[in-house]
Amino acid sequence: MAAGVETVVGVRQALWGYTFLTPWLLGLIIFTVGPILFSLYLSFTEYDVLSPAKWVGLSNYETAFRKDALFWPSLWRTFYYAVVSVPLGLTMSLLLAMLLNQHLLGTNVLRTMYFLPSMTPAVATVLIWLWLMNPQIGILNLVLSKFGFPANFPWVHDRRTVIPSLIIMNLWTTAGSNVMLIFLAALQGVPIELYEAAEIDGAGSWPRFWHVTLPMISPAVLFNLVLGIIGALQVFTTAFVASQGGPAYGSWFFALHIYQQAFQYFRMGYGSALAWIFLVVVMVLTLINLKLSDRWVYYGGGV
Amino acid sequence: MPDVVSAQSSRSRHRLRSVLIRSLLYPVSVTLAITFFFPFYYTVISSLKQSWEFYAWPPILFPERLQWQNYLETLEAGAFGTWFYNTFVVVILSTTGGVLTSALGGYSFARFRYRFREALFVITLSTMMLPAQVTLIPQFILFFRLGQWTPIQWLDTLRPLWVPSWFGGGAFAIFLMRQFIRTLPPDLDEAAVIDGAGYPRIFWSIVLPLCKPALATLAIISMLGAWNSFLAPMIYINTPDKFPISVGVRYFQVNYQGFDVTRPREYLLMCASVISTIVPIVIFFAFQRFFVRGVVMSGIKG
Repeated sequence: MAAGVETVVGVRQALWGYTFLTPWLLGLIIFTVGPILFSLYLSFTEYDVLSPAKWVGLSNYETAFRKDALFWPSLWRTFYYAVVSVPLGLTMSLLLAMLLNQHLLGTNVLRTMYFLPSMTPAVATVLIWLWLMNPQIGILNLVLSKFGFPANFPWVHDRRTVIPSLIIMNLWTTAGSNVMLIFLAALQGVPIELYEAAEIDGAGSWPRFWHVTLPMISPAVLFNLVLGIIGALQVFTTAFVASQGGPAYGSWFFALHIYQQAFQYFRMGYGSALAWIFLVVVMVLTLINLKLSDRWVYYGGGV
Repeated sequence: MPDVVSAQSSRSRHRLRSVLIRSLLYPVSVTLAITFFFPFYYTVISSLKQSWEFYAWPPILFPERLQWQNYLETLEAGAFGTWFYNTFVVVILSTTGGVLTSALGGYSFARFRYRFREALFVITLSTMMLPAQVTLIPQFILFFRLGQWTPIQWLDTLRPLWVPSWFGGGAFAIFLMRQFIRTLPPDLDEAAVIDGAGYPRIFWSIVLPLCKPALATLAIISMLGAWNSFLAPMIYINTPDKFPISVGVRYFQVNYQGFDVTRPREYLLMCASVISTIVPIVIFFAFQRFFVRGVVMSGIKG
């Protein structure tokens, strides 16, 4: 009897569980899983939205790897951007979080000032920095000239300097963002006893940082690293608004390439193939990242 | 007892050193804060300059008379009122839908037992790592087809920007709600079950009110997301009168000068930046504490 009642309750519970999950399940199918599978299919076709899709087998992938002159350069460029901007961004965020964790007087004001840039909409950020980085009359070139550099640094207007310029723009908005708040919360979770023990052992501030702080916050580092890399690989708005992928394709990142093929040339099939290559790249990098994390992430905190 | 003495002196030396280090931290923190803040100051000040001041070299840091009419000029040159209105429509509709349906999803994951729950939860989390580019093309085709199959217009409207939010509000929102609901004492809703209240009523009158802090955090995150979203509106909307502010400012950047190129007015771009930044910053100041709480709540603090 009792068992019967329990099953009835269990079934009723399960039914309600599924019912409450229905909006999300539908969303998952309609807007995520369905589209992923559909774009895999599309990547084997030629499709311009108006005429029916035409099956072309692997030819889109062949075009990407062998014929598309922009494919490899835009992929390497995207890696270059991520490899430079992610470690720089994480280091800056951690540095800011550590400064905020010193309980200095006025920490709240400092935190607000570090965090505000991340509230700035991406397009506004670009307009602001294009103005600061104006090659003729920009204030950054005035600063450079004070340090004895020539006052005509080209910033986004030169192939060689455009990506570093975009990295600086993004650093401004990401250094003090959620990434910093996550580091700060992690730092505040490190037990004070560990520092006291290290101090009794005579450890200086650098060993303390290296052997106590860093291991204790390593899960937060991993979290920020994984999401940071995924975000950096998708760099789009900054490059699109600041330099339109130029000059001379100098900031033509992979996301811009997908956008152009799919939404300017309406080559939906080829665009989907590019998107799938991108998905595989992101997944492989994330898996490598998680795999390597076994060696340096410390879950001793029991979280 | 020389040991004690030396220990004491070493401790006081330590203290002296830490005082020194701390006094060094101030200049560093403040310099950084000024560096981070300076672009704001320079933008606002540039937006209030006269044309000759704007183009002066070396740049002028303190213009003599602030030109507030630059803002009037900006509002005349671009459809900012319309863009604001469109953004508000998207922000309100997508935030409401996202908050409500993610609370439902979070409630389900947190309180009910059913087959595949864990698997579904893992799938949900893994979609957070999905690059947007992969789903963008099929979603565009979906809305294009919906426009053909249904009497409702989808492309070149705001609908593709907010309707998807009504389907769970995204993985992060669900994750946040689930984490929060799990911290609520289960006695409350169990007592209600025993009293014979149905689950929908428990959700609406017990769980949802208790979730207010989490809902507020989510609402802010979602508002800012909708405010900043750029790629999706650019793909779905062609008519400038239907742009949200993000794409509107980009449109303004390209077209503000019109046909009159004899009188460069780049200071209008600075006005536009300020106009589009004010709302997120006001939201931030009004709800500051929810940001930090959101980070702590999601349980990713390591």
